[in-house]
Amino acid sequence: MDRAEIEQKVRKVLAEQFAFEEAQVTVESRFSEDLDADSLDMVEATMALEEALGIRIADEEVQEVKTVGQAVDLAASKLGVPA
Amino acid sequence: MRKVVVTGIGPATPVGIGREAFWSSLVSGRSGIGAITRFDPEGFPVRIAGEVRDLDPAEFMEPKEVRRTDRFVHLALAAAHLAHRDSGSPALVPERTAVLMGTGIGGITTLEEAVRVLVERGPDRVSPFMVPAMMPNAAAGHVAMALGLTGPNMGVVTACAASAHAIGEAFRTIREDRADVAFAGGADASITPVSIAAFSRMGALTKNPDAESASRPFDRGRDGFVLSEGACVLVLEEEERARARGATVYAEIAGYGATADAFHVTQPEPEGLGAIAAMQAALAEAGEPAEAVGYINAHGTSTPLNDAAEAKAIRKVFGEHHAAVSSTKSMTGHLLGAAGALEAAATVLALHDGTLPPTINLEDPDPECELDHVANTSRKEQVDLALSNSFGFGGQNAVLAMKRS
Repeated sequence: MDRAEIEQKVRKVLAEQFAFEEAQVTVESRFSEDLDADSLDMVEATMALEEALGIRIADEEVQEVKTVGQAVDLAASKLGVPA
Repeated sequence: MRKVVVTGIGPATPVGIGREAFWSSLVSGRSGIGAITRFDPEGFPVRIAGEVRDLDPAEFMEPKEVRRTDRFVHLALAAAHLAHRDSGSPALVPERTAVLMGTGIGGITTLEEAVRVLVERGPDRVSPFMVPAMMPNAAAGHVAMALGLTGPNMGVVTACAASAHAIGEAFRTIREDRADVAFAGGADASITPVSIAAFSRMGALTKNPDAESASRPFDRGRDGFVLSEGACVLVLEEEERARARGATVYAEIAGYGATADAFHVTQPEPEGLGAIAAMQAALAEAGEPAEAVGYINAHGTSTPLNDAAEAKAIRKVFGEHHAAVSSTKSMTGHLLGAAGALEAAATVLALHDGTLPPTINLEDPDPECELDHVANTSRKEQVDLALSNSFGFGGQNAVLAMKRS
């Protein structure tokens, strides 16, 4: 899986989780302000990303993630894909 | 003393969604019971239930909210919006509007799913929305959020009497000037594998496989109730406010009696003492004698014990006076925590419309249940005062007295 594929998968999963069109979820989207995600949404979205990508993300790691782009970076580093 | 009237009726039930569809089913004696489709009931001893069909929760909620709430909340929100529309969608003063929502079980679909995930996949896969989705007070909270209502708000949990208690307590809240309007009712959505299995194991459900004739209150052939899902919400309003805005006033809530059997967790007290005391208390608050009652919407679950004890209690309260009696559960099945509000709605509409809905499937009336039954077809009769009886597991009883207005 290359970075473009990871980004596409992350955006698809998050769009489903937050009930947005996939096109509305970009790497610039901020979870709280743009995607209206609260702390429970973040827990559930993290679980969905873990399942979709076969990775594990610790609670502390999620706290640093504020944008979709940061989530893609985190997923890519977990999968050993260079930025 | 402030008077409280019903100005909006929102049923989301197996016999219809919205006041008109609901009432037209009841007066024409149409059953809402069918084969279970909510899950595959293969191998279950009971395969019929009353399901709410053709209701899209997305019509009443944001898609994200649909996903993070249980079906009982979907049904509750649909009913609250339907009731609000039926009352003419009036402007509401947030802090003077109360919400009281009953449920018997709450979010059991959510709980069952969470347990399955826990067992199959471990504790870190359990949804963070499990608790807020399953808690029994979720319905009242979501109705307040949807309509922006900041007055008194609570969940009422008295099993099969829950939404009758909710309406009774809402009636008192308005009467005692703590609110001017209340959304009161209940919701349950427990057609799930665990629920059907557990109610079957109690011996509470009918074994009759014929969906439309299985619920037969007061009939000699009755052998248990049919489990149903659904919700119903009434808009209660202080009378002067309702008249001033030109609202349709369906009926007045005039009295409320709440008692306990203090006898057994599931069996009714065999002499009906708790039921008798609740009916008498509702009449006392309404300031009316038993002779003034023209119609009783019975709890009438179709279990052998309930119907016999209730009939005995009604005969004790009414003596030689014969009030017409019917159980709309013959058509709707038993909506648990939504049953009381559904039946209050049926009673209010009976007063408003001058038509008493029937007990269907009453082909061989049980002599132990001798009453003036509205058997099988509805009866045109204008009555001025009516009762709706609700009795819950736990021995909790609620009776509402309603007047034509």
